[in-house]
Amino acid sequence: MADKFFAWYGEVFKDSALSAREKSLIALAVAHAVQCPYCIDAYSSDAYEKGWSESQMMEAVHVASAIKGGAALVHGVQMMNKVKSIAM
Amino acid sequence: MKSLKALQHALADAGHQIDILEHEKDLPLFTGKMKQAGLLPLLPTQPEIFQVNVGKMCNQVCKHCHVDAGPDRKEIMTKTTMQLCLDVLANNPSFKTVDLTGGAPEMNPDFRWFVSEIKKLKRHIIVRCNLTIILANKKYHDLPDFFKQHEIEVVSSLPFYTQDRTDRQRGNGVFEDSIKALQMLNAVGYGMEGTGLLLNLVYNPAGAFLPPSQIALEKEYKDALLERYNIQFNQLYVITNMPISRYLDYLLVSGNYSSYMEKLIQAFNPVAAANVMCRNTISVGWDGYLYDCDFNQMLDLKIGCSGSDHLSNYSSSAISEREIILNQHCYGCTAGSGSSCGGAVA
Repeated sequence: MADKFFAWYGEVFKDSALSAREKSLIALAVAHAVQCPYCIDAYSSDAYEKGWSESQMMEAVHVASAIKGGAALVHGVQMMNKVKSIAM
Repeated sequence: MKSLKALQHALADAGHQIDILEHEKDLPLFTGKMKQAGLLPLLPTQPEIFQVNVGKMCNQVCKHCHVDAGPDRKEIMTKTTMQLCLDVLANNPSFKTVDLTGGAPEMNPDFRWFVSEIKKLKRHIIVRCNLTIILANKKYHDLPDFFKQHEIEVVSSLPFYTQDRTDRQRGNGVFEDSIKALQMLNAVGYGMEGTGLLLNLVYNPAGAFLPPSQIALEKEYKDALLERYNIQFNQLYVITNMPISRYLDYLLVSGNYSSYMEKLIQAFNPVAAANVMCRNTISVGWDGYLYDCDFNQMLDLKIGCSGSDHLSNYSSSAISEREIILNQHCYGCTAGSGSSCGGAVA
């Protein structure tokens, strides 16, 4: 199972329609969104080694945070609907 | 910023550097890895590249410099020693290429004479030009024309195509001057299609990590430099930083030494090891002593030819029968796709 996972994982990060360099920056943003400490270390190194600057990497983290923050905020609609359903 | 030597830093002593490299616990010996790969002893092939370090003086003080070069270094090759180089070249036609390095080789007062004399011997000449020297003083502004006149291949460090990374490694303002110098070289035809004037760039990682793929990075460099600065060049050479001198100092101070060595060891590639540059290169020091490579030169590990380790007693048979001197820093040339003065080797 592990062999299959790592073979797939390795394939995902190869140069293809997106470059390995672009994929590294996406991985860095996702690592922050899922708050995976190991992934953050791994893709901070990988993205920097692949030539992304600190400001570009920080912008990627902001994008991840904006999506997470936005997603949290729009769940406020669910909250309001629930309150509406039980309130007089 | 001063050189380690001017600062009287312990790492200015080659013996101290070797002590550190040899006494790191739990790191396998490079010679052991080579033995496993069937490459011990490492033997030379036909000598083809005659690499001459014409002096340690430089207008820059780069953080990764394995030479510990800088404006305060006074070790400069004399015209007499240059003549000894020319004598060896004249008697050894297998050397097809003369690779001039430093320091900034152009700062040697006899640099232009030396180049002209080598050209008379009909050898291909490479100059490792740091770019900023072209703008450093009015007397160097004509270097692009001089290079062109002597059909020199120019190899220049540009650690990255952005200012931030380049200046962090090579000093403030280096990127801006490097771009201007590259534009001057392009203006006389260097790096331009159809001119035959070769302009190759060198990437070094600006930190404690290994370089990425040479092919992929070359495309990025070409796209970025053309789009942003209208600069063209021929090839990008990706070079791994050697854990010696100022880069060793950086690794130790930043706490990255052990992990960097582990990265190099994990990435040991027997194919790269079989193609290391020391097999077809002779490295000459500013004082005429002979070494297997420029890194061994900076660690004062002279060539393994007793009685024939100086230009004045050069023996082609002793050179071809020698065993190449290896130590722990050699992991830097065998990691991943390998590393040489001409970039990746595997």
